Amino acid sequence: MREISMHIMDIVQNSISANADVIEININEDFELDLLQISIIDNGRGMAPELLKTVSDPFSTTRTTRKVGLGISLFKAAAERCDGELKISSTLGKGTVVDVRFVHSHIDRAPLGNMSETILSLVVCNPSIDFIYRHTVNNNDFEFDTRKIKQIIGHVDINNIEVVSWMREYLNEGITNLYGGAN
Amino acid sequence: MKSLAELEEIRKRTLEKVNLRKDRGEGIRVVVGMATCGIAAGARPVLNAFMEEVAKRNLKNVTVAQTGCIGVCRLEPVVEVYIPGQEKVTYVKMTPEKAVQIVNEHIVNNKPCIQYTIGAAEKRN
Repeated sequence: MREISMHIMDIVQNSISANADVIEININEDFELDLLQISIIDNGRGMAPELLKTVSDPFSTTRTTRKVGLGISLFKAAAERCDGELKISSTLGKGTVVDVRFVHSHIDRAPLGNMSETILSLVVCNPSIDFIYRHTVNNNDFEFDTRKIKQIIGHVDINNIEVVSWMREYLNEGITNLYGGAN
Repeated sequence: MKSLAELEEIRKRTLEKVNLRKDRGEGIRVVVGMATCGIAAGARPVLNAFMEEVAKRNLKNVTVAQTGCIGVCRLEPVVEVYIPGQEKVTYVKMTPEKAVQIVNEHIVNNKPCIQYTIGAAEKRN
Protein backbone atom coordinates (compact mmCIF):
# COMPACT_ATOMS: atom_id res chain seq x y z
CA MET A 1 0.00 0.00 0.00
CA ARG A 2 1.29 3.45 -0.85
CA GLU A 3 -0.18 5.17 2.19
CA ILE A 4 -0.65 4.10 5.79
CA SER A 5 -4.15 5.59 5.63
CA MET A 6 -5.00 2.84 3.13
CA HIS A 7 -3.83 0.13 5.52
CA ILE A 8 -6.04 1.77 8.14
CA MET A 9 -9.03 1.70 5.81
CA ASP A 10 -8.32 -1.95 5.08
CA ILE A 11 -8.07 -2.97 8.74
CA VAL A 12 -11.30 -1.11 9.53
CA GLN A 13 -13.04 -3.33 6.96
CA ASN A 14 -12.28 -6.25 9.30
CA SER A 15 -14.06 -4.40 12.12
CA ILE A 16 -17.03 -3.80 9.83
CA SER A 17 -17.13 -7.49 8.86
CA ALA A 18 -17.06 -8.31 12.57
CA ASN A 19 -20.31 -6.34 12.95
CA ALA A 20 -18.81 -3.57 15.05
CA ASP A 21 -21.03 -0.51 15.48
CA VAL A 22 -18.46 1.72 17.15
CA ILE A 23 -14.98 1.91 15.66
CA GLU A 24 -12.20 4.06 17.11
CA ILE A 25 -9.21 5.11 15.04
CA ASN A 26 -6.42 6.72 17.03
CA ILE A 27 -3.25 8.17 15.55
CA ASN A 28 -0.47 9.53 17.66
CA GLU A 29 2.57 11.19 16.14
CA ASP A 30 5.30 12.07 18.58
CA PHE A 31 8.37 13.59 16.99
CA GLU A 32 10.36 13.58 20.22
CA LEU A 33 9.91 9.84 20.70
CA ASP A 34 10.14 9.38 16.91
CA LEU A 35 6.93 7.41 17.05
CA LEU A 36 3.91 6.96 14.83
CA GLN A 37 1.33 4.91 16.65
CA ILE A 38 -1.99 3.79 15.24
CA SER A 39 -4.68 1.92 17.07
CA ILE A 40 -7.98 0.62 15.72
CA ILE A 41 -10.43 -0.42 18.39
CA ASP A 42 -13.78 -2.00 17.65
CA ASN A 43 -16.69 -3.52 19.53
CA GLY A 44 -17.23 -6.30 17.00
CA ARG A 45 -17.61 -9.97 17.70
CA GLY A 46 -13.92 -10.48 18.50
CA MET A 47 -11.79 -13.51 17.78
CA ALA A 48 -11.26 -16.80 19.53
CA PRO A 49 -7.67 -17.43 20.72
CA GLU A 50 -7.11 -19.98 17.93
CA LEU A 51 -7.93 -17.49 15.18
CA LEU A 52 -5.99 -14.74 16.96
CA LYS A 53 -2.84 -16.89 16.85
CA THR A 54 -2.94 -17.31 13.09
CA VAL A 55 -4.50 -14.01 12.04
CA SER A 56 -1.27 -12.33 10.85
CA ASP A 57 -0.53 -15.28 8.60
CA PRO A 58 -1.47 -14.49 5.00
CA PHE A 59 -3.01 -17.94 4.69
CA SER A 60 -5.44 -17.22 7.48
CA THR A 61 -8.81 -15.74 6.58
CA THR A 62 -12.43 -16.01 7.57
CA ARG A 63 -13.37 -15.35 4.00
CA THR A 64 -14.96 -18.23 2.16
CA THR A 65 -14.25 -17.15 -1.41
CA ARG A 66 -10.57 -18.11 -1.21
CA LYS A 67 -7.82 -19.10 1.16
CA VAL A 68 -5.75 -15.94 1.58
CA GLY A 69 -6.26 -12.80 3.64
CA LEU A 70 -3.62 -10.16 3.27
CA GLY A 71 -4.88 -7.13 5.19
CA ILE A 72 -3.23 -7.69 8.56
CA SER A 73 -0.13 -9.39 7.15
CA LEU A 74 0.57 -6.46 4.83
CA PHE A 75 0.17 -3.90 7.62
CA LYS A 76 2.39 -5.97 9.91
CA ALA A 77 5.07 -6.27 7.24
CA ALA A 78 4.95 -2.51 6.65
CA ALA A 79 5.46 -1.83 10.38
CA GLU A 80 8.25 -4.39 10.80
CA ARG A 81 10.05 -2.99 7.79
CA CYS A 82 10.28 0.27 9.80
CA ASP A 83 11.54 -1.30 13.05
CA GLY A 84 7.97 -1.18 14.32
CA GLU A 85 5.42 -3.80 15.24
CA LEU A 86 1.77 -4.77 14.97
CA LYS A 87 -0.06 -6.30 17.91
CA ILE A 88 -3.60 -7.57 18.09
CA SER A 89 -5.64 -8.38 21.11
CA SER A 90 -9.18 -9.60 20.97
CA THR A 91 -11.91 -10.91 23.23
CA LEU A 92 -14.78 -12.97 21.88
CA GLY A 93 -17.99 -11.00 22.15
CA LYS A 94 -16.20 -7.77 23.17
CA GLY A 95 -14.10 -6.62 20.26
CA THR A 96 -10.63 -6.29 18.85
CA VAL A 97 -7.73 -3.88 19.25
CA VAL A 98 -5.07 -3.54 16.56
CA ASP A 99 -2.06 -1.55 17.73
CA VAL A 100 0.66 -0.59 15.27
CA ARG A 101 3.89 1.32 15.84
CA PHE A 102 6.28 2.76 13.31
CA VAL A 103 9.56 4.60 13.78
CA HIS A 104 8.31 7.96 12.55
CA SER A 105 11.46 9.00 10.70
CA HIS A 106 12.23 5.58 9.21
CA ILE A 107 13.24 5.87 5.57
CA ASP A 108 10.93 3.02 4.54
CA ARG A 109 7.85 4.36 6.28
CA ALA A 110 5.09 5.16 3.80
CA PRO A 111 3.44 8.56 4.30
CA LEU A 112 0.34 8.59 6.46
CA GLY A 113 -1.50 9.83 3.38
CA ASN A 114 -4.98 11.19 3.05
CA MET A 115 -6.69 10.41 6.37
CA SER A 116 -9.55 12.73 5.55
CA GLU A 117 -10.49 10.62 2.52
CA THR A 118 -10.19 7.41 4.52
CA ILE A 119 -12.44 8.61 7.33
CA LEU A 120 -14.97 10.24 5.03
CA SER A 121 -15.43 7.20 2.83
CA LEU A 122 -15.81 4.94 5.85
CA VAL A 123 -18.44 7.24 7.36
CA VAL A 124 -20.42 7.71 4.15
CA CYS A 125 -20.44 4.03 3.20
CA ASN A 126 -21.34 2.85 6.69
CA PRO A 127 -23.93 5.33 7.96
CA SER A 128 -25.09 3.08 10.78
CA ILE A 129 -21.60 2.63 12.25
CA ASP A 130 -20.12 5.26 14.56
CA PHE A 131 -16.55 6.32 13.97
CA ILE A 132 -14.34 8.16 16.41
CA TYR A 133 -11.12 9.49 14.93
CA ARG A 134 -8.54 11.04 17.24
CA HIS A 135 -5.30 12.32 15.85
CA THR A 136 -2.49 13.83 17.90
CA VAL A 137 0.64 15.45 16.51
CA ASN A 138 2.96 16.37 19.39
CA ASN A 139 0.79 18.69 21.50
CA ASN A 140 -1.95 19.32 18.94
CA ASP A 141 -4.99 17.15 18.78
CA PHE A 142 -8.05 16.77 16.61
CA GLU A 143 -11.16 14.72 17.24
CA PHE A 144 -13.94 13.72 14.90
CA ASP A 145 -16.86 11.79 16.35
CA THR A 146 -19.88 10.77 14.27
CA ARG A 147 -21.94 10.30 17.45
CA LYS A 148 -21.69 14.03 18.12
CA ILE A 149 -22.49 14.87 14.51
CA LYS A 150 -25.53 12.59 14.49
CA GLN A 151 -26.77 14.21 17.66
CA ILE A 152 -26.76 17.61 15.98
CA ILE A 153 -28.19 16.62 12.61
CA GLY A 154 -31.02 14.58 14.14
CA HIS A 155 -33.14 13.03 11.40
CA VAL A 156 -30.90 14.21 8.57
CA ASP A 157 -28.79 11.34 7.20
CA ILE A 158 -25.07 11.46 7.83
CA ASN A 159 -24.50 10.79 4.12
CA ASN A 160 -26.65 13.75 3.14
CA ILE A 161 -24.74 15.76 0.54
CA GLU A 162 -24.45 18.92 2.64
CA VAL A 163 -23.42 17.04 5.75
CA VAL A 164 -20.77 15.20 3.74
CA SER A 165 -19.26 18.38 2.38
CA TRP A 166 -19.26 19.89 5.89
CA MET A 167 -17.46 16.77 7.16
CA ARG A 168 -14.94 16.92 4.33
CA GLU A 169 -14.00 20.51 5.14
CA TYR A 170 -14.02 19.89 8.88
CA LEU A 171 -11.65 16.93 8.50
CA ASN A 172 -9.35 18.73 6.06
CA GLU A 173 -9.12 21.80 8.28
CA GLY A 174 -8.67 19.82 11.47
CA ILE A 175 -5.91 17.65 10.05
CA THR A 176 -4.11 20.56 8.38
CA ASN A 177 -4.13 22.48 11.67
CA LEU A 178 -2.44 19.53 13.40
CA TYR A 179 0.64 20.22 11.34
CA GLY A 180 0.62 23.93 12.09
CA GLY A 181 -1.74 24.91 9.29
CA ALA A 182 0.67 24.29 6.42
CA ASN A 183 -0.90 22.34 3.61
CA MET B 1 -13.00 27.33 10.69
CA LYS B 2 -15.86 24.86 10.29
CA SER B 3 -18.06 24.85 13.34
CA LEU B 4 -20.72 22.58 14.75
CA ALA B 5 -23.11 25.54 14.53
CA GLU B 6 -22.96 25.27 10.75
CA LEU B 7 -24.08 21.68 11.08
CA GLU B 8 -27.10 22.86 13.05
CA GLU B 9 -27.91 25.23 10.16
CA ILE B 10 -27.67 22.36 7.68
CA ARG B 11 -30.08 20.36 9.80
CA LYS B 12 -32.68 23.14 9.84
CA ARG B 13 -32.29 23.76 6.13
CA THR B 14 -32.44 20.09 5.16
CA LEU B 15 -35.18 18.76 7.37
CA GLU B 16 -38.06 19.98 5.22
CA LYS B 17 -36.52 18.60 2.06
CA VAL B 18 -35.92 15.28 3.79
CA ASN B 19 -39.57 14.95 4.71
CA LEU B 20 -40.59 15.56 1.12
CA ARG B 21 -38.36 12.75 -0.05
CA LYS B 22 -39.58 10.08 2.35
CA ASP B 23 -41.57 8.30 -0.37
CA ARG B 24 -38.88 8.47 -3.03
CA GLY B 25 -38.73 4.70 -3.57
CA GLU B 26 -35.71 2.69 -4.53
CA GLY B 27 -32.66 4.61 -5.72
CA ILE B 28 -29.54 3.96 -7.74
CA ARG B 29 -26.66 2.25 -5.97
CA VAL B 30 -22.96 2.53 -6.76
CA VAL B 31 -20.98 -0.16 -4.96
CA VAL B 32 -17.18 -0.04 -4.78
CA GLY B 33 -15.11 -3.13 -3.88
CA MET B 34 -13.08 -2.16 -0.81
CA ALA B 35 -11.21 -5.29 0.23
CA THR B 36 -7.40 -5.34 0.47
CA CYS B 37 -7.12 -5.96 -3.28
CA GLY B 38 -9.40 -3.06 -4.18
CA ILE B 39 -7.79 -0.58 -1.77
CA ALA B 40 -4.27 -1.51 -2.94
CA ALA B 41 -5.35 -1.00 -6.55
CA GLY B 42 -6.70 2.49 -5.84
CA ALA B 43 -10.35 2.03 -4.87
CA ARG B 44 -10.40 4.88 -2.35
CA PRO B 45 -9.85 7.73 -4.84
CA VAL B 46 -12.44 6.08 -7.09
CA LEU B 47 -14.97 5.95 -4.26
CA ASN B 48 -14.26 9.58 -3.46
CA ALA B 49 -14.61 10.63 -7.08
CA PHE B 50 -18.08 9.02 -7.13
CA MET B 51 -19.03 10.76 -3.87
CA GLU B 52 -17.85 14.14 -5.12
CA GLU B 53 -19.44 13.91 -8.55
CA VAL B 54 -22.77 12.71 -7.12
CA ALA B 55 -22.65 15.66 -4.69
CA LYS B 56 -21.63 18.14 -7.37
CA ARG B 57 -24.57 17.14 -9.55
CA ASN B 58 -26.86 17.00 -6.52
CA LEU B 59 -28.08 13.48 -7.40
CA LYS B 60 -30.22 12.74 -4.38
CA ASN B 61 -31.41 9.29 -5.46
CA VAL B 62 -27.88 7.88 -5.71
CA THR B 63 -26.13 6.16 -2.81
CA VAL B 64 -22.47 5.24 -2.85
CA ALA B 65 -21.61 2.14 -0.85
CA GLN B 66 -18.80 -0.33 -0.41
CA THR B 67 -18.46 -4.07 -0.44
CA GLY B 68 -15.72 -6.65 0.05
CA CYS B 69 -13.81 -8.59 -2.55
CA ILE B 70 -15.93 -9.39 -5.58
CA GLY B 71 -13.52 -12.11 -6.71
CA VAL B 72 -11.71 -10.61 -9.70
CA CYS B 73 -8.76 -8.99 -7.91
CA ARG B 74 -6.71 -8.66 -11.11
CA LEU B 75 -9.35 -6.27 -12.47
CA GLU B 76 -9.61 -4.05 -9.37
CA PRO B 77 -10.77 -1.41 -8.65
CA VAL B 78 -14.19 -2.89 -9.41
CA VAL B 79 -17.45 -0.92 -9.23
CA GLU B 80 -21.00 -2.17 -9.64
CA VAL B 81 -23.86 0.11 -10.65
CA TYR B 82 -27.41 -0.95 -9.77
CA ILE B 83 -30.24 0.95 -11.40
CA PRO B 84 -33.70 -0.33 -10.38
CA GLY B 85 -35.33 -2.34 -13.16
CA GLN B 86 -32.08 -2.75 -15.08
CA GLU B 87 -29.36 -5.35 -15.13
CA LYS B 88 -26.35 -4.68 -12.88
CA VAL B 89 -23.33 -3.23 -14.69
CA THR B 90 -19.82 -4.16 -13.47
CA TYR B 91 -16.98 -1.75 -14.26
CA VAL B 92 -13.35 -2.82 -13.89
CA LYS B 93 -9.89 -1.21 -13.64
CA MET B 94 -11.56 1.95 -12.47
CA THR B 95 -9.96 5.37 -12.11
CA PRO B 96 -11.35 8.63 -10.67
CA GLU B 97 -11.64 9.96 -14.26
CA LYS B 98 -13.72 6.97 -15.36
CA ALA B 99 -15.87 7.42 -12.24
CA VAL B 100 -16.78 10.96 -13.27
CA GLN B 101 -17.61 9.75 -16.78
CA ILE B 102 -19.79 6.92 -15.45
CA VAL B 103 -21.79 9.29 -13.25
CA ASN B 104 -22.41 11.57 -16.21
CA GLU B 105 -23.04 9.05 -18.95
CA HIS B 106 -24.47 6.02 -17.18
CA ILE B 107 -26.21 7.40 -14.09
CA VAL B 108 -27.42 10.73 -15.48
CA ASN B 109 -27.91 9.92 -19.17
CA ASN B 110 -28.58 6.20 -18.77
CA LYS B 111 -25.96 5.14 -21.32
CA PRO B 112 -23.59 2.59 -19.73
CA CYS B 113 -19.89 3.07 -20.57
CA ILE B 114 -19.58 -0.31 -22.29
CA GLN B 115 -15.85 0.12 -22.93
CA TYR B 116 -15.08 -0.01 -19.16
CA THR B 117 -17.26 -3.00 -18.31
CA ILE B 118 -15.99 -6.40 -17.24
CA GLY B 119 -17.42 -7.87 -20.47
CA ALA B 120 -15.29 -5.56 -22.60
CA ALA B 121 -12.17 -6.21 -20.47
CA GLU B 122 -12.57 -9.98 -20.72
CA LYS B 123 -13.07 -9.83 -24.48
CA ARG B 124 -9.75 -8.00 -24.88
CA ASN B 125 -7.83 -10.74 -23.05
